[in-house]
Amino acid sequence: MKFKVNGHEVFASTGGRPFDKNKPLIIFVHGSGLTHMTWVLQTRYFAFHGYTCLALDMPGHGLSGGKSLKSIEDMADWISSVIDSVGYKEASLVGHSQGCLVTIECTARYPDKIKTLSLMGGAGAIPMNPDLLALAESGDPKAVDLMMDWAHGPAGHFGGHPVPGLYHINTGGMLAKSRTIKDTLAVDFRACDNYKNGFEAAKKIKIPTLSILATDDKMCPVKEGKKLADLIEGSKVDIIDNCGHMMLLEEADRVLKVLKSFITTNYPSKH
Amino acid sequence: MSDKKKGPESKTYKFDTLSLHAGYQPHKNAGSRQVPIYQTTSYLFDDVDHAAALFNLERGGHIYSRISNPTVGVLEERVASLEGGTAALATSSGMSAIFLTVMTLCEAGDHLVVSSQLYGGTVNLFRLTLPKFGIKCTFVKPRDTEGFKKAIQKNTKGIFGELVGNPGNEIMNMPEIAKIAHDAGIPLMVDATYQTPYLCKPFEHGADIVIHSLTKWMAGHGSSMAGILVEGGNFDWMQNDKFPTMTKPYEGYHGLSFAEEFGPTAFTMKARAEGMRDFGPCLSPQNAWNVLQGIETLSVRMKKHCSNAEEMVKYLLGHESVAWVSHPSVPDHPDHALAKKLLPNGRGSMIAFGIKGGKDAGVAFINSVKLASHLANVGDTRTLVIHPASGTHSQMDEATLKFAGLSHDMIRLSVGIEDIEDIKNDFEVGFRAARKPRLVSNQ
Amino acid sequence: MSKNPETIALHGGDYRSDPATTAVAVPLYRTTSYQFNDTGHAANLFALKEFGNIYTRIMNPTNDVLEKRVAALEGGLAALTVGSGQAASTFAIMNVCQSGDNFISSTDLYGGTVNLFTHTLKKLGIECRYADPADPKNFEKLIDEKTRCFYAETLPNPYLRVFPIKEVADIGRKHNIPLIMDNTASPVICKPLEHGAAVVVHSLTKFIGGHGTVIGGCLVDGGNFDWTADPKRQPLFNEPDMSYGGAKWGEVVPQLTGANVSFAIRARVCLLRDLGAPLAPDNAWGIIQGLETAPLRMKQHCSNAEKTVDFLKKHKNVERVIYPTLHEGEIAARSKKYFKGGNGALVGIEVKGGVEAGKKFIESLKMFYHVANIGDARSLAIHPATTTHSQLTEEELLAAGVTPGYVRLSIGIEHPDDIIADLDQALNSSGKPNLKAVG
Repeated sequence: MKFKVNGHEVFASTGGRPFDKNKPLIIFVHGSGLTHMTWVLQTRYFAFHGYTCLALDMPGHGLSGGKSLKSIEDMADWISSVIDSVGYKEASLVGHSQGCLVTIECTARYPDKIKTLSLMGGAGAIPMNPDLLALAESGDPKAVDLMMDWAHGPAGHFGGHPVPGLYHINTGGMLAKSRTIKDTLAVDFRACDNYKNGFEAAKKIKIPTLSILATDDKMCPVKEGKKLADLIEGSKVDIIDNCGHMMLLEEADRVLKVLKSFITTNYPSKH
Repeated sequence: MSDKKKGPESKTYKFDTLSLHAGYQPHKNAGSRQVPIYQTTSYLFDDVDHAAALFNLERGGHIYSRISNPTVGVLEERVASLEGGTAALATSSGMSAIFLTVMTLCEAGDHLVVSSQLYGGTVNLFRLTLPKFGIKCTFVKPRDTEGFKKAIQKNTKGIFGELVGNPGNEIMNMPEIAKIAHDAGIPLMVDATYQTPYLCKPFEHGADIVIHSLTKWMAGHGSSMAGILVEGGNFDWMQNDKFPTMTKPYEGYHGLSFAEEFGPTAFTMKARAEGMRDFGPCLSPQNAWNVLQGIETLSVRMKKHCSNAEEMVKYLLGHESVAWVSHPSVPDHPDHALAKKLLPNGRGSMIAFGIKGGKDAGVAFINSVKLASHLANVGDTRTLVIHPASGTHSQMDEATLKFAGLSHDMIRLSVGIEDIEDIKNDFEVGFRAARKPRLVSNQ
Repeated sequence: MSKNPETIALHGGDYRSDPATTAVAVPLYRTTSYQFNDTGHAANLFALKEFGNIYTRIMNPTNDVLEKRVAALEGGLAALTVGSGQAASTFAIMNVCQSGDNFISSTDLYGGTVNLFTHTLKKLGIECRYADPADPKNFEKLIDEKTRCFYAETLPNPYLRVFPIKEVADIGRKHNIPLIMDNTASPVICKPLEHGAAVVVHSLTKFIGGHGTVIGGCLVDGGNFDWTADPKRQPLFNEPDMSYGGAKWGEVVPQLTGANVSFAIRARVCLLRDLGAPLAPDNAWGIIQGLETAPLRMKQHCSNAEKTVDFLKKHKNVERVIYPTLHEGEIAARSKKYFKGGNGALVGIEVKGGVEAGKKFIESLKMFYHVANIGDARSLAIHPATTTHSQLTEEELLAAGVTPGYVRLSIGIEHPDDIIADLDQALNSSGKPNLKAVG
């Protein structure tokens, strides 16, 4: 569906069910340069099982209008505005990669609004490889190829998409190339690289938090993810074997299972 | 992580590696190094929720082998990876891949612009069968790039062609025709059966959907029928209102919008969830496995196909019984330069040549060769020959024959990977008989 | 040739042994193409002057054995195998209809066929009109000059009302409209061609294959319908086909073959050629193996189903049992009229307690498989409201006859005591309150 936030049109997938204000809200925040489509194997489940889902396209990404936001802090504020704009007082947040930085910062800033936090391939900081950053800022499509290479684990490099007939690496690459690299991926990478408040923000989080990490994640290694999780009181950690950073596609069923149990326990729906 | 001088390079697997590995993970299949053949129709559901989730496309997985099958799925991913595409859907023949592609794109009242140099079966589909279901086509000669633009109407939903037209070896200027299609907001569909991704990856030249008869060079062995449609993932279905079944809520699926939900894989998702579900031309798992065996050797075979073809071109050009030779490697072929650009790894193994002595000589040649097989196929590992005027195209009237770019003296040759000297020796036998056609009677 | 299905299943058609080697078992011709004898042979094949193998998309010797055997089983003249039962339904309609035409289908229909008819064929300009088979006259009311065929299933889910084949076929024949019967759920026990149907289609995946290993479908041409009687009614059989030098299929096929098999030949040489949904020879071979025991299996399926029905009728947690013989009046009489040797393996039950009880029942089954299929030798069960029909709205569900507690059973050929025991324990637990919370 489309709606407006701060005067700009925003697109969010509702997971195949109509937007229903009576059901609890889950917001899904994608990673650098990507779009709402990375969440297709998580949102549709929750949408069909008692929740209202918004898998967002961040400003300037996918089908959303406006320009890409330049800092993680701005993105965090923007998520809060999304919740207001759709007429909700609270929401559960799910983030992937850069989306983890955004949702951590958002939770720290708006502790009363956010009810649970689920992080996939998250870390307290995501410093960027300078070569990758430079390639993205020069608009070189090689940046996307590199990101897809590093983001998939050894197993994911062979494919094995849970949806028959789909091929991971090229699908992800196509998403990241759907808008101009300089205006999306490069801006996102710079925002990640600049963001230093992750560990401080984490210390302020008092809500139920889940971290899903993957053994073969080169972009946010398990060690980094655990460091972050340790700062969040009572947070749960789940580690997936044989899987890389794109766990939400590489091991979609496993991710869904863990996410399902966490959200339905900590943020149950009556519907 | 990176070599400072060259900068980091993506280490995603390359073509020859993908042709052996893509789409399959042994650790998820009992460690079996080779792809298992899942000869099953149905799949057990974990529980009622799991079943519902699969039917609602909430989760990936298999419901019923008409719609998807794990062995077929490996083939689909493997071909998608080789083409550089996002997704693929395998079908029980190349023709059904074309048919499902058209059905996913069009409905009654729609129009397609189609290259006139096509495999005879495809010509029949576009010229005579699709109009019965309200889908009209305008044919344009493959070299008439401007003609494609002029033929586009308000209700045109796409452009379709074979990269190298059959049987005249006329090449479509794919990059320019892709631009014409995209300026009109419609996709370009390319049947690249004769090239395989080893010779050309049409997505790199602007195509949006690639179609293969896997029966041919991809499998190579001539043992199994199979087809596939592959999606490039770059076409924006939402840019205009030409594709409501992709972009508007679909009533057959709880109001799902394929383009919104699946973006770069929307076309394949729709082709599977609607076309395959309803029309049902599914690929058998055994055939998928057979084709996978073929694809393992695609690169090595294609190299040999192409080098044998170039040898045969030289041989034919120098032969006293040959009137003309058509192959893009011939320097005076009108598309010689374009072929070099679009097919840098080789110009394919289909040769057409004219035999001196016309139709009778053609018949005598075909009836005399011993190694080359006379049959209605191309792209076998074995050398194949056919005389279209008396075989594949004999159901066409005079006008249609001419329209398809055929002549009575034309012999179509699909060069195999046998030893080149054996092929040449066999042709000598054929040519000798062709010079004395009366000795070989043909009741 | 024998009229007995047990014999036909093993010997039906003209295959005795492989002409090349005298092998008795049907060889698997895993080939795409066939060598022509000479150019004259090739030309004759392409011009349909003689019949023979050209290309496996269109015909294959292994498939040919299956085709002839299924034709013999149904009492038809010719058959065509295709890649799936859906492809068979698609071909059946597209072989007689073109854009602007319509056909009349029974409302009692497999969900996949409903999607094809309602949504997908509509896009090709072919309109499906639905008639309730409770009264055969409903078919007559919908006929106009563009109506090309009738379509129905012999034993349709979920009501399992046997279709009034003769009544509707007779109406059709008055108007030169052929009746196409999907006989997937009742091979051997019903022969629709004997009751006036013109064409039979099958999903061979189901009872004929029986093993649940391969997908396949077929069309059987009864050879009992005059396609040329009213040229305006059947234009595709009476107008020249420019893809075959202006051949008129209704005339040319009987001339060439000496048999009234225009429907089967046209589907083969036009639809398989252009739309291309061939059955893989491996699959044909797999189905031939299944077919050999189909008559024996059908007996066991039917007797197991009868025993299961008797048991279910008495169970306290069953609201209602649906079975062809349990209907009343004329509908029940139809099963006597059209079925011989049994009433099929499909049983519907309404579990007491609605959607949750239905779910609980399915999940408590230990031997029954929870899969989206019917006609396997193994017993199968599915809860349509939460699976196959979950894409439908609640009104559409009820219109399709699917109530929240409805469970569809396909009774297998295991020992009947084991089937009943599994159902019994699952029904008993369906009535118990749920101990764990439902997400």
